[in-house]
Amino acid sequence: MPLDSTLPNKREFSVVGTRPNRPDGVDKVTGRARFGADASAPGMLVGRILRSPHAHARIKKIDTSKAEKLAGVKAVVTRADFPDQTNGDAALFDILYNIMAREKALYEGHAVAAVAAADAHTAREALKLIKVDYEVLPHVTDVDEAMKPGAPVLHSTIFTDGIEPKPKKPSNITRRYEFGHGDVAAGFKRADIIVERSFKTEATHQGYIEPHACLANVGPDGQGELWVCTQGHFMVRDTCARLLGMDISKLRVTASEIGGGFGGKTTVFIEPVALALSRKANRPVKMVMSREEVFKATGPTASTSIDVKIGVRKDGRITAADATLRYQGGAFAGSPVEFGAMSAFACYDLENVRAIGYDVVTNRPKQAAYRAPGAPMAAFAVESVIEELAKKVGMAPIDFRIKNAAREGTRSSYGPTYGPIGLLPTLEKAKQHPHFKAPIGRNQGRGMACGFWFNFGGQTCVSLNLNNDGTVALSVGTPDIGGSRASMCLMAAEELGIPYDKVRAVVADTSSLGYNDVTDGSRTTFATGMATILAARDAIKKLTARAAQIWGIPAEAVTWEKGSAKPAGSNAGNFPPLSLAEIAAQAGATGGPIAGHHEYSADGAGVSFATHIVDAEVDPETGATKIVRYTVLQDAGKAVHPSYVEGQFQGGAVQGIGWALNEEYIYGKDGRLQNAGFLDYRIPVCSDLPMIDTVILEIPNPGHPYGVRGVGETSIVPPLAAIANAVSAAAGVRLTSLPMSPPTILAALDRTMAAEEPGTPAGESSRMGLAVAPYRRQGRAGDRRRQRARAAGPAGRGLSRPQAAARARCLGRDRRRHLPRRPARAPAQGQRGVPAAAHGGRVSSAIRAACAGGSPHPPC
Amino acid sequence: MRFERPETIKQAAQMLAGEKGKAFILAGGTDLLVRMRTGFVEPDLIVDIKRIAATRAIETTASGFRIGAAVTGAELGEHAKLKKAWPGVVEAANLIGSKQVQGRCTMTGNLCNASPAADSVPALVAAGAKAVIVGPKGKRTVPVEQVPMAPGRTSLKKGELIESILLPKRPARSGDAYLRFIPRTEMDIAVVGVGVSVTLDAKGVCTDARVSLGAVAPTVLLVPAAAKALIGTKVDKAALDALAAACSAACRPIDDKRGTREFRVKVAGVLARRAAEIARKRAGGK
Amino acid sequence: MSAIHVRTTINGDAVEYVCDADETLLDVLRNRLGLTGAKEGCSTGDCGACSVTIDGRLTCSCLVLGAEADGAEIGTIEGMADGEDLHPLQRRFLEHAALQCGICTPGILVAAKALLEHNPKPTETEIRFGLAGNLCRCTGYDKIVRAVMAAADDMRRA
Repeated sequence: MPLDSTLPNKREFSVVGTRPNRPDGVDKVTGRARFGADASAPGMLVGRILRSPHAHARIKKIDTSKAEKLAGVKAVVTRADFPDQTNGDAALFDILYNIMAREKALYEGHAVAAVAAADAHTAREALKLIKVDYEVLPHVTDVDEAMKPGAPVLHSTIFTDGIEPKPKKPSNITRRYEFGHGDVAAGFKRADIIVERSFKTEATHQGYIEPHACLANVGPDGQGELWVCTQGHFMVRDTCARLLGMDISKLRVTASEIGGGFGGKTTVFIEPVALALSRKANRPVKMVMSREEVFKATGPTASTSIDVKIGVRKDGRITAADATLRYQGGAFAGSPVEFGAMSAFACYDLENVRAIGYDVVTNRPKQAAYRAPGAPMAAFAVESVIEELAKKVGMAPIDFRIKNAAREGTRSSYGPTYGPIGLLPTLEKAKQHPHFKAPIGRNQGRGMACGFWFNFGGQTCVSLNLNNDGTVALSVGTPDIGGSRASMCLMAAEELGIPYDKVRAVVADTSSLGYNDVTDGSRTTFATGMATILAARDAIKKLTARAAQIWGIPAEAVTWEKGSAKPAGSNAGNFPPLSLAEIAAQAGATGGPIAGHHEYSADGAGVSFATHIVDAEVDPETGATKIVRYTVLQDAGKAVHPSYVEGQFQGGAVQGIGWALNEEYIYGKDGRLQNAGFLDYRIPVCSDLPMIDTVILEIPNPGHPYGVRGVGETSIVPPLAAIANAVSAAAGVRLTSLPMSPPTILAALDRTMAAEEPGTPAGESSRMGLAVAPYRRQGRAGDRRRQRARAAGPAGRGLSRPQAAARARCLGRDRRRHLPRRPARAPAQGQRGVPAAAHGGRVSSAIRAACAGGSPHPPC
Repeated sequence: MRFERPETIKQAAQMLAGEKGKAFILAGGTDLLVRMRTGFVEPDLIVDIKRIAATRAIETTASGFRIGAAVTGAELGEHAKLKKAWPGVVEAANLIGSKQVQGRCTMTGNLCNASPAADSVPALVAAGAKAVIVGPKGKRTVPVEQVPMAPGRTSLKKGELIESILLPKRPARSGDAYLRFIPRTEMDIAVVGVGVSVTLDAKGVCTDARVSLGAVAPTVLLVPAAAKALIGTKVDKAALDALAAACSAACRPIDDKRGTREFRVKVAGVLARRAAEIARKRAGGK
Repeated sequence: MSAIHVRTTINGDAVEYVCDADETLLDVLRNRLGLTGAKEGCSTGDCGACSVTIDGRLTCSCLVLGAEADGAEIGTIEGMADGEDLHPLQRRFLEHAALQCGICTPGILVAAKALLEHNPKPTETEIRFGLAGNLCRCTGYDKIVRAVMAAADDMRRA
């Protein structure tokens, strides 16, 4: 595999970059690994949740008396058991409202009550005995419909933020965002060709195979323990403690093995409910979601409606780019539209660019992060227009992208200026790749797309303890979702100079380590990895000091090389090297145990880019699409364990394939989800796919000692667009809505057949004819925009120019930190609706808020 | 809830007839357990028929094949003689669910579940299969298309159960095929299914045909007009066009989460054409 | 609900249990017998995470009643390794990094073993269709298919 670097002084590694077996591997291939639902406790009760059958309803009364009297029922909880202790923290209040409905049920599946009973039968019977008096209200599930005047309003408390003056009437639009620089209108005036299109994407679910599960145990002394599958057990601890009024120190949370998350396990759903039941029953309570509950009541990602307009000169240079993105994130604020707007044009070097985002609430489950939240949909829209523009100016799409690609020194569309980045190398590598040159078959089309993701650092704490036999116990606080323990062991071994199998990494519980942010934002290999390296360096400092002590020379006169302490030079003395094991063996006599620690808030997560190439075959008679060939080229900075880097590339690509072709939340007119199961929510199966070829590029991230960049999320950004471009090429008609399911494709083909005049020559001219459908869509989009302008009132006017400029300046100020460290979404944190500049130049909101569903963090 | 495992079909019929609550028959269980799990049904009695010898065997008889009600999809696929005689039926049955489901699912269950989208049913209808029904009043044999009445509802009376399915002897120069459309390559419910069975004469002219459609109406359809389009032809392009048109015309589908009306109508014709071509080739036609 | 007494064989060991009439084999394995290697991903037979063999046939244990297992021979992931020796499939899954989160892994290994018993030299396409009943959301299946091919090769050589 070709591994490239733009930096000449590339470091040589001895352990990092190899492909050893993972430390948790044997447990996982023998069925011994313990996941969320695999734990039990003496006297354990079964917890079950009663959920709203209505998409939107006022809960007038809940009568639990009959359920409480049923033999075997030990506790029943409702909203009355969850008093508001959120102290004005709006994001936390949303979580409270989401885990147990308050005055209204806001979506089908919203929790209304819960029971703990001796067995599953009794729990099920008890749920039937709970009487809920609903007043059914009109509902809305579509993002464009929710923005219209007269749409049912979910919250009387939402007055659109981010616009001046603030609206006086509540609406479903929680906030307007704007990013960009330059003068877009002037840019379009200079354009020779402009393409404008409207796009829609349906909501998709992360689709992790393991349903949410936990085992809660709270005693009358207020002490509690929780076993849970989560991407962040510290987040679970802090959130649950705050919701339930517990001391953080009294709740110990242990992360089980986690059966997939992809962002969906970065917040809480059943955990506070299980704890409340356990506290009330004074017994352990186990809760496991059914698959139907996972679909209806966890956090899928947003459905979207996006307009993109890009202008280009005849020579292929883009003069202006503009987008309006509307994302619904379910019943509460916090759709990932901010990231969508920030990332939409991040791949391009643009003089005039603007992206406006609207965060919209609807009667759907509260969204949670899904792998590069918000970015894939934006990339789908932008990269579709890019492909079309390239063809219109007569350039190969790859050359068009190369000509306009962002590079080192480019001012990004969301503010910061890029350091060394890997977009051009992935494009150039793609151009040379055999896939790019291979012929394509009948009914096939080739598409490509680029993708970008910010990546994240975050709060991290690592402990590294040396055992007296020279082995190393490494404690990390970020749940291992895809092999990160192997990567941590590799980095610790590399730094200490010992073999990989001498290091054993564990994910420590919340009482054993300082706070760690959740495993998200592609941060773990970067941030926990860097903390591991720095903890190892801390240990090395102590090891060399012990050697110095043993030799009776100054500590500064000892160096560490290949796993041993050595005198720094001949002046220091002539001692044979002391290995880590030898020093560790004497630790008891030289001052006690030796350990390294590191705790920090990691900065410098390098942004990441990818280019994907895909061949798709479309059956013109049925609209069935087959992915024939797929290649991922992505910059990893440094691939610590290349097999698992490839795995991230492949997994992201395949989730993207599912999103592009078949996955969607399907709602009936009643606002109920019609496909809450793996039968009709169609994630790709093994026989749907070809091998996914991967090319790892290594453009070191200057913010990490080994050059590591996060790799987990970028891989899901290009597929939607790449496949849309391939399918559009194969079908001869541009597809502008996802999923491109067979009925959608066949209908598009039929429309173009109907639009074609008899006798129109085949080929390019017929394709021009086929573009009728998208143009028709545009007309509708125009209507939508007018309606929205009426609906949103002043919202349509957006930020005033000085505000926008101030915001753009503050975005550009921090070049290194591509994402802010803290969320700043909640009004309680003094952020909502206030220009970012007022808060020390941080970009308002952040990956934390979107990824952790607004988990509690100290205010800025 | 009670669970019974009778040893004879008569005992089974008696148990079903005598149950005052809701009684369900368990063969493969791949539909019943899902419906129990999701709360759609709450049985008072489950009668597992797998200990009844007659339900477990595939027999070759003078008039064709007798396939026991509890014979699994995997067992059908492993029966070389049956596969040779009725490849379309076996392929259809083998399309139900995954390998895991194949280890349990049965054609009789597929029929009695009465889903319009059942994969094996259009193939059985096209093949002219019959169901042997046993009840308190004895045995009766009916064409399979008379079993499903509406989605989830059959013509079986209280106490009745299907013991076996009869497939006729394969006539000379005949062939059958089943094709379905699904969005993925596996694990989906048919959006459209088409079963075609044809018999040719020595010159390759179609003398007999049966065409059946699934997932385009409340029950699986037998489409005589589609058969008529083939009979008397060499199953050539014109005949296939007429077949496709007849199939599309017979569709009475709905829009649902799996497909639109328009899609089903169109694809029914496309698949009928493709299935007929396979059946013709299997019958020795060119 | 009256409990049913069941005598069965699991991974070669005689096992007896009582279960409710509507309890699935998966619930029995996990909740009564402590065999949590089979996972519950959907309870509708759509994900394959609960795959076991019954009398040598691959099936979803969520689609089988515990009561039906009377007299049957059950095979689960816990019986796949031979003492200290991992099965070639288990070994190859580790070497090929054919798992990320690992929740689908037991079901896929059981299904792959059943596949190779029926077809010792499968093509890529046969493996892909053979494993279509086992959902994996992490890997994109690429490394899983490669690991199964490598294990098939090992087993033919052995």
